[in-house]
Amino acid sequence: MSLLEARNVGKRYGPVVALESASLSVDAGEVHALLGANGAGKSTLVKILTGVIQRDGGTVELRGEPVRVSSPSRAARIGLAPVFQDPALVPDLTVAQNIRLTAVDVDAVRQRLREMDVDVDFTEQAGDVPLPLLRMIDLARAMARDPQLLLLDEITAALPSDLAERVFAVMEDWRRRGRSVLFITHRLAEVIAMCDRATVLRDGRDVGTLVPREIGERQIVEYMLGPEAATAEAHAAEVDETPLKGAAAAEAAATTLEVTDLRVGSLAGVSFSLRAGEILGVAALEGQGQNDLFAVLAGDRRAEGGEMSVTGKSLRPRHPYDAIRSGLVLVPADRLLALLPQRSVRENIAAPRYNRLGRWGPINPREERRRVASAIEALQIDTRAQRQVRRLSGGNQQKVTIARWLASGFQTLLCFDPTRGIDVGTKRQIYALLRRLADDGAAILFFSSELSEFPLVCDRVLTLFGGRITGELAGEGADEASLLRAMHGLVEEVAS
Amino acid sequence: MSAGTPQVATPAARLRAAQRVLSDNPAIALTFVFVALFVVTDIVNRAQSGKAFLTPTQVSTTFLYAAPLALLAAGQTLVMLTGGVDLSVATTATTAAFVSSGTAHDHGTGYALLLALAFGFGIGLVNGIGVAIFRVNPLIMTLGISSVTLGALTIYSQTRFVALVPNIVNTLGSSRFFKYVPYDLLVWAPIAALIILGLRFSGFGRMIFAVGDNPVACRLAGVRVWQVLLLVYALCGAFSAVAGILLVGFNDAADLGIAAPFLLPSVAAVVIGGTSILGGSGGYGGTILGALILTVLDSLLTILNASQALKQILYGAIILALAWLYARTSSGD
Ligand SMILES: Nc1ncnc2c1ncn2[C@@H]1O[C@H](COP(=O)(O)OP(=O)(O)O)[C@@H](O)[C@H]1O
Ligand SMILES: [Mg+2]
Repeated sequence: MSLLEARNVGKRYGPVVALESASLSVDAGEVHALLGANGAGKSTLVKILTGVIQRDGGTVELRGEPVRVSSPSRAARIGLAPVFQDPALVPDLTVAQNIRLTAVDVDAVRQRLREMDVDVDFTEQAGDVPLPLLRMIDLARAMARDPQLLLLDEITAALPSDLAERVFAVMEDWRRRGRSVLFITHRLAEVIAMCDRATVLRDGRDVGTLVPREIGERQIVEYMLGPEAATAEAHAAEVDETPLKGAAAAEAAATTLEVTDLRVGSLAGVSFSLRAGEILGVAALEGQGQNDLFAVLAGDRRAEGGEMSVTGKSLRPRHPYDAIRSGLVLVPADRLLALLPQRSVRENIAAPRYNRLGRWGPINPREERRRVASAIEALQIDTRAQRQVRRLSGGNQQKVTIARWLASGFQTLLCFDPTRGIDVGTKRQIYALLRRLADDGAAILFFSSELSEFPLVCDRVLTLFGGRITGELAGEGADEASLLRAMHGLVEEVAS
Repeated sequence: MSAGTPQVATPAARLRAAQRVLSDNPAIALTFVFVALFVVTDIVNRAQSGKAFLTPTQVSTTFLYAAPLALLAAGQTLVMLTGGVDLSVATTATTAAFVSSGTAHDHGTGYALLLALAFGFGIGLVNGIGVAIFRVNPLIMTLGISSVTLGALTIYSQTRFVALVPNIVNTLGSSRFFKYVPYDLLVWAPIAALIILGLRFSGFGRMIFAVGDNPVACRLAGVRVWQVLLLVYALCGAFSAVAGILLVGFNDAADLGIAAPFLLPSVAAVVIGGTSILGGSGGYGGTILGALILTVLDSLLTILNASQALKQILYGAIILALAWLYARTSSGD
């Protein structure tokens, strides 16, 4: 019997149609995937079902009874508990205080975390807790309400594989107990492995419900993107996967970034060089020093030892400003670290241009508009909701964080998990963009938590384990098996 | 809900659309409130004394009175856009009032005015250093500085100095030309234009909004946030000093309580104007309307014989109600 039945649910914000008309049916004892490109309306549907926003039209039934989900607390009472895409925690409060804010029993949450074997210090301030752990706390908080239906909006996007496994275990458990999960993800492998059925949204409408195991990745993508777009995307992907002609040229190009014996935090002496025109991957399990590496290069943290130089000039950034002046710019994984949520797309993209005193005078609107427009164009940003960046979908927000640097100029792009939580179509656009930037002479350092991205994007890949480099692989040879071995420190030195 | 069916504008939908237009353009609603309040005051005044309030003279007077408040609220707007608040604007204005009237006799008007501005800028700079570099909470920092300046002024006011409000200051603060145009508009209007245009079309303006919206993102974009804050607080001090000069011109003498009644209204004007108390969105245009509304409201309350205490209660209530209202409308989506 169907547990939840939503019919023709719609939502618009002024001129922006967030959800045109979506229907969804989730059975009891089912793990049901909700799929769709960025901006398809997935998060909007979740927010409607859990009472965060009110629908403009359509009906929602629970076990055959029409319900009006008027508020989040009402949703909790009738057995619907969400984990939202963006964690909403007060950073200055401790974890325990944050949980109490939502009127959930702290001990129950603690118990759930213990069951998942996740270790959290409840007295720590939420702002100091790493993002993956926050996601697990969010999950435990939802589970503590013991809901009939768990709604998980891109929860695995920010999780390393070991934590993602625990989420899957929870989903299994929910199914076994005859309860249900609505699962949103962009990782199709997870959908095929975990989900009984999937409903696909495209441009705010449901375009089909399918059984992922039977139909396969390629077909699912076709559903998500629409028939013509999918073939175009497939072509783009083929181009991407052909051996990269930039690789040979990079060999000859001058080194831009040289790092020698860099030490900071958990980083215990790392050396490498990055040439102009090259994309260098960094593969690592959670917490192997990659965060510190990127923070130091971006000037957000000071090195404790070692040397860095850019085109021969020694670099010791004391503030991100110094790194940016030397051409090193950061695209952080957490979009909230890069965006001005209340400001417009244009102001966001133009912001780094005014970061120094010398640029505080009158702005040149024509020059600004031109640069912003060409960055928007290069990244194909959907600007329908451009008055406030927080209204954009996740993928478009991520594009804005990259567009900022296109509009202000850079030499070395530090991309930390730039495709986290965005859909396949957008991901491919970003791969292609990175390749194009490299071909135009940019140097790119690229960390990703998705191993399948390395051979698509990188010329070379370094693996980091315990704060040291444990291997170097050529881009084409960086298949998951070799990467995983090196990432666990199992290989001493891999010939490149 | 399908795309093919024509959209029928139901009354509810029209109402929602209207709400949206208003929340996106608060200036429309604020102008309406300003005019409505004027009409109400007119009616009340006719009932009480048989005289009209809706006259060119009263409109002109409203602008004359509003200028000092609007200038205090100018600095306050900038500070609140960065997510802070400045509780020292009134004492800074008072300082400028004392300095300009206390040094004019011995050193000349030009010197006196420049010194008053320098004092304002300097006090603001100290606030800025505390907030931006030593990361003191803005409430605590500006309240502390306010208390220190007030103490110092009390001592200064007990020393013997020849107080003289220069003629030009007197004229600026209290007279009109062409019968209806207050001279203080000559000071206020250019500053207002500078702020409104500067916020929109200068790099510094962009950084003020950016810092208020997300300081962490600003840092990662290479902005040295302390520089922005330092300049914002210093400018706030300077604008407060200008307000103090106009006030002493209006009063024709400095006294310790000359600006104190404007402190709460300076915050209220900003909040009424739609600037977020958390920073990052808003602007000076709304604040100007806020200052005008509060000035008419003050006239209305005076006509009704309301006490200063009652006014304080009302201003406080307005701030709370609006803060609640704006928080609700912005979290609604
Ligand atoms: N508060 C809002 N105001 C205006 N537009 C919005 C708002 N929230 C979402 N949208 C728009 O609705 C569409 C769907 O967004 P969302 O549900 O977040 O997509 P998804 O989760 O599938 O990526 C997007 O185009 C987005 O820009
Ligand atoms: Mg989403």
